[in-house]
Amino acid sequence: MTCCTPATTIVSADAFRQSTPSADEFRLASRSIGDGILQTEISVPSIHCGGCINRIERGLAKLDGVQNVRVNLSSKRLALRWTDQGTPPDAIGALKKLGYDGHLFDPTEAAKPSGDLPRMLRALAVAAFASMNIMSLSVSVWAGAEGTTRNMLHWICAGIALPALLYAGRIFYESGWRALRHGQTNMDVPISIGIAAAFALSVYDTYQGYEHAYFDAATSLVFFLLIGRTLDYVMRERTRTAVKGLAQLSPRGAMTIRADGEYEYLPLKEIRSGTRLLITAGERVPVDCEVERGISDIDFSLVTGEGAPRRVEAGAALQAGILNITGSLTVIATEVAEDSFLAEMIRLMESAESGKSVYRRIADRASRLYAPAVHLTSLLSFVGWMIFQGDVHQAATVAIAVLIITCPCALGLAVPMVQVMAARRLFESRTMVKDGSAMERLNEIDTVVFDKTGTLTLGQMQVTNVDEIDTEALSMAVELASHSRHPSAQAIHAVASHIEGNLGFRFEEVREFPGLGLEGIAQGKVYRLGRAAFACKDDDGQNTAETVFSVEGRKLASFVFSDRLRPGARKCVEKLRQAGIAVEIVSGDSEPAVRAIADQLDISDYTAGILPGGKLDRIRLLTKHGHKVLMVGDGLNDAPALMAAHVSMAPASAADVGRNNADFVFLQDGLDTVFLAYRVARDAAKLIRQNFVIAIGYNVVALPVAILGHATPFVAAVAMSLSSLVVVANALRLKGEPMWAKPKPLGFGLELRRSAK
Amino acid sequence: MSDFFYLIPISLALGLAGLVLFLWSLKNGQYEDLDGASERILYDDDRPSEAHHE
Repeated sequence: MTCCTPATTIVSADAFRQSTPSADEFRLASRSIGDGILQTEISVPSIHCGGCINRIERGLAKLDGVQNVRVNLSSKRLALRWTDQGTPPDAIGALKKLGYDGHLFDPTEAAKPSGDLPRMLRALAVAAFASMNIMSLSVSVWAGAEGTTRNMLHWICAGIALPALLYAGRIFYESGWRALRHGQTNMDVPISIGIAAAFALSVYDTYQGYEHAYFDAATSLVFFLLIGRTLDYVMRERTRTAVKGLAQLSPRGAMTIRADGEYEYLPLKEIRSGTRLLITAGERVPVDCEVERGISDIDFSLVTGEGAPRRVEAGAALQAGILNITGSLTVIATEVAEDSFLAEMIRLMESAESGKSVYRRIADRASRLYAPAVHLTSLLSFVGWMIFQGDVHQAATVAIAVLIITCPCALGLAVPMVQVMAARRLFESRTMVKDGSAMERLNEIDTVVFDKTGTLTLGQMQVTNVDEIDTEALSMAVELASHSRHPSAQAIHAVASHIEGNLGFRFEEVREFPGLGLEGIAQGKVYRLGRAAFACKDDDGQNTAETVFSVEGRKLASFVFSDRLRPGARKCVEKLRQAGIAVEIVSGDSEPAVRAIADQLDISDYTAGILPGGKLDRIRLLTKHGHKVLMVGDGLNDAPALMAAHVSMAPASAADVGRNNADFVFLQDGLDTVFLAYRVARDAAKLIRQNFVIAIGYNVVALPVAILGHATPFVAAVAMSLSSLVVVANALRLKGEPMWAKPKPLGFGLELRRSAK
Repeated sequence: MSDFFYLIPISLALGLAGLVLFLWSLKNGQYEDLDGASERILYDDDRPSEAHHE
């Protein structure tokens, strides 16, 4: 019954970009919970079913020193408790063997209380209790209770309503007050006024022994509105947790080399400029630094968007976040200099943020028109009744009845309900939405700007000329390539599945030369795979981009690479175009590489070799011309553009900054998500409009009744509940079919393999 | 009518009890992993879990 991915196929898009944290890093991410027991929180994004829970809990419980493992399926996290016996359990390694990628959770983050949600749920429970009981007491009033009986029932209602309104309604009063203090109005202002007025009038009427009291209306109003608020909050919280879980790609500490030559693992914040660090192959560079010794290939793709790895030597400057692929490097940490890449990025992001116009959410825009209209109507009815009848109490009752009946109950539910349904539908397709406003903004776009490396493509090399290479040479090269984690070598190794027959070729001795290539000895002959200058004796040094396989300095084969498109990229671009949206590519990579991808996708608008500032300028130019731009990007160099765009999207493999600033984050490799998100946003916008029409239509009908003085508490209660129910039911319609059959939440691996066939 | 007034405090007390129980279960962490709880029941494991109280 389990739908788990088999343990062997877990190859996430960036599996080889990650490295297993060292024991020291693991310890650093733990917190003590007393009695020598430590707790470590690990985020495992690919947990998705009961089988996973079972497998992980059983698998990890077997590790030495592990006391308790508890998987949380909702937050896709596990809490590991272990006794300190010198070395922490290799939980990440064990997870990997089970087929899951685990990322350590920051202990300070993990220890934080779970935010406002419990508070909101408590408020919701209190409001539910109060409104239910008051409603049931009100029913007996409506049924004809009179005189002292009615009065007593009203007093009981007042007794329940007062604490409930004070406690449960606090969130509205606070928010309304905040808005008022800043000279603005939002939905919460008319709500707060309505509640307070209804309660005050009801207490007065009860005291005077009058017939009508609106305790039921006031409490059920709070209850309905709290449902909308809580749903909205849950949606944002879920995304926040998911994104936070992904934020663990960057290292938390680094191996430092002390003056006496001893190694010591230190947390990042203790690393000062001038500290000497050791960065082994497969590690991410933790801080900005300069290479002191060593040669290696560095994958800059997450920082600059460049596809091919670059070779670095002593003296080269490295940015935090890039990946060291082949050799060990000794580096010296440097200050974040004024003119460093990161500093420039931060400056650009700040300017992008300040230049961006503040988006006002639909509900707030609506309430800006709505609140004055409601208050004016209420005032006018008061004045009108005073003129025609002259009875202050009657006029006040009508005015307050108007306030209650127009209280934006349905409006308060109209938007969040739809957005929660939309977010849920996207969540099923493994896309996170940061908040409801992102969905509203996505609906407005008319241009999509894609980054290339890591966004349109997977950022993975692929051999494109397999057919031209002699099979025997190929099988030897594949065998040799399996000894390295260099992207080119991994790409060559991945060709293995194309070769028929026996791969039984073995090298006796293999050495890797960082920045150059691999050397293997078989049957007394020296085979080399790597840069042309390294592999071939008679190379003229012109063809530097090429990777060559040679024997004794004689060229046997050369490999041509290209980056691989994300699955669904073509379909996505096509569909966006059909929807009337312009598509373009803005990339920091070289012109030919970008052109190749643009041609494949049939995109005529592309810009290559562009600096991060250039990306930002491009977005600004488009914005200035009145376009609403969706930026899809993953690199650190995309972050300013992501920020400046009307709405932004990033894959889960993106750099931390990019991912944290994007409005949408998609976890799967396929790019169809971009179009799916757009479509869902469009559907949602349609439903929101319908809901507004319903809510306002209800007001148009109910308002004259209230103004004429016929809005008894009974009428108010029925009308309010009905309109809320209709709005909620309409929102539920969004939950129709996803764009494609609901994807079984497979690991990234299977999807990759499928597309590779 | 007034003969049945004693029902009001009873109903209110029952409602309050429900409210208190819900608040207790919320505080107790029983809503922390709703998806997990529904899956766990399918796996036969008679070991009581020690990590119920976070």
